[in-house]
Amino acid sequence: MNKVLSIAFTEFKRMFNTPLAWSVLAVLQLVLALLFLMFIEEFITTIQPATATSANPPGVTSIVVAPVYLWAGVIMLAVMPIMTMRIFAEERMNKTLTLLLTSPLSSTQIVLGKYLGILFFIILIVALLGLMPLALTVGTTLDWGVILTSSIGLLLLLSSFAAAGLFLSSLTSQPIIAAVSTFGLLFFLVVLYMSGKSQGNSSEIFIYLSHFSHFLPFLEGVFDTSDLVYYLLFIVGFLVLTIRKLDNDRLLG
Amino acid sequence: MSTNALIKAVGLNRFYGEYHAVKNINLTLHKGEVLGLLGPNGAGKSSTMQMLTGNIAPSSGSIVINGIDLLEEPKLAKGQIGYLPEQPPVYRDMTAKEFLFYCTSLHNIPKDKAQKAVNVAIERCALETVVNKLIGNLSKGYQQRVGIAQAILHNPEVVILDEPTVGLDPIQITKIRDLIRELGKDHSVILSTHILPEVQAVCDRVQIINQGETVFSDTFSELAQRQTSNKIIIGFDNVLSELDLKVINTIENLRACEVLSNNRFQLTFNGSADTSSVYKLAVENSWSLNELTPQEETLEQIFMKLVHTDTTSPIGSVTAQKASQTEVIT
Repeated sequence: MNKVLSIAFTEFKRMFNTPLAWSVLAVLQLVLALLFLMFIEEFITTIQPATATSANPPGVTSIVVAPVYLWAGVIMLAVMPIMTMRIFAEERMNKTLTLLLTSPLSSTQIVLGKYLGILFFIILIVALLGLMPLALTVGTTLDWGVILTSSIGLLLLLSSFAAAGLFLSSLTSQPIIAAVSTFGLLFFLVVLYMSGKSQGNSSEIFIYLSHFSHFLPFLEGVFDTSDLVYYLLFIVGFLVLTIRKLDNDRLLG
Repeated sequence: MSTNALIKAVGLNRFYGEYHAVKNINLTLHKGEVLGLLGPNGAGKSSTMQMLTGNIAPSSGSIVINGIDLLEEPKLAKGQIGYLPEQPPVYRDMTAKEFLFYCTSLHNIPKDKAQKAVNVAIERCALETVVNKLIGNLSKGYQQRVGIAQAILHNPEVVILDEPTVGLDPIQITKIRDLIRELGKDHSVILSTHILPEVQAVCDRVQIINQGETVFSDTFSELAQRQTSNKIIIGFDNVLSELDLKVINTIENLRACEVLSNNRFQLTFNGSADTSSVYKLAVENSWSLNELTPQEETLEQIFMKLVHTDTTSPIGSVTAQKASQTEVIT
């Protein structure tokens, strides 16, 4: 376990040794802040005056916070592949994977360490995003329950992205191929959702399979354990595949 | 072989798809021994080393490291090994010090002992001046040394180095050879290279691999014994007559006398060359002897003979079978 943590911390630290993590965080924060600002603007100028007199007016949390979290999930479709592509593919390309393979570590420990490292980064992203609704506490009261479930939902969604990216990164020694295929897979799941929701031939199975259908309830403040189980299965499945892949490399590589 | 073998690999085979890269290689490494793995490019040296370090699994065969089966208990066995692959596995975006500390944690060295382990490795690899620089900014030689430091950090029983001096300048080559020789004192070392003088400079024993097969395996002391060769070249200032030649042919145990030029001859003996009787004969007949050179079989000659002949020829297979015995190869 110590070794897993030490791999995870080193991975996390190494992300910040290059400008990649810094620029990803900066760009994400900037884009999401602009979105946040836009939604707030809209809420103050049009939605609030129009609904203020109604019996149960929608709050700032559901109008502003939920869409920002949704957008964060959408943007991460493109960003996560860039963060995960290097995990194994780059090590293969630079022939540094030997270090881990020669050390007294099991494949499980290597994979868990690497995954935990990227998880730290995800937690950082969600925490930074959480600062935006927090800023609203100056002027209004917030529905903390929705913010909490949205954060948990985003965390799970991004963790599932990362698990898929980790696996695809373990298949190749070209980071860029890992990134493209991860983006392809993640976007495929989005297309599944859209096709499942389409007017003509809606499909419950397609909707179930896509990760966004399990993310949306979290944004409405619904914490459904079946959604949680979907993400956990998704993550564990890809982690197991990655471990198998590393074991197989020794036999066939 | 004896029980104190640190590495005992038996019948290693490795296929890459259809390609049979390593064919039935046996390898034994004893305590305090420096073993040189020699071979031309693509001979299977690196594959053999990758198998010994658990990076790839052998298609068949067994590897026992310090009494622990590598395939059954990989974690335990790998703790006994330090490995420097052809390309040092160093993270270019970390400083040498950070990197070495990371390696201590991978090898389960407790925090309180890590500092000491890192210091010792830094000192042995003479890295003091570069510890706080990014590895990516170091020269190839220093990166190589960081790689070696990583391999000896946890004080492993066996250190396996794959072409450690490749791409280094002559001064660094000498330094790394000194380091390897020093490592040989309290660790066992396997060193792969295709530079013959390097093996002669640092190794106790040599194993030559060609096309995936062991074609030669012997210690240098036995090689030296074998080198009391059965051939000498003699040369004279004066031209020898037919009669003189007949006299030479009377030397006991002489198998053949080959004329190289007017006054130079190569004598081949049954058994070891008898230089004293040649010398005596020259004095008796007042030939003015100006050359008397025993023809030694150098490692280079052995290597050339084994690698550049067809490996299926009797030479290759006989030596492979009798590699561990003191057999004369001719």
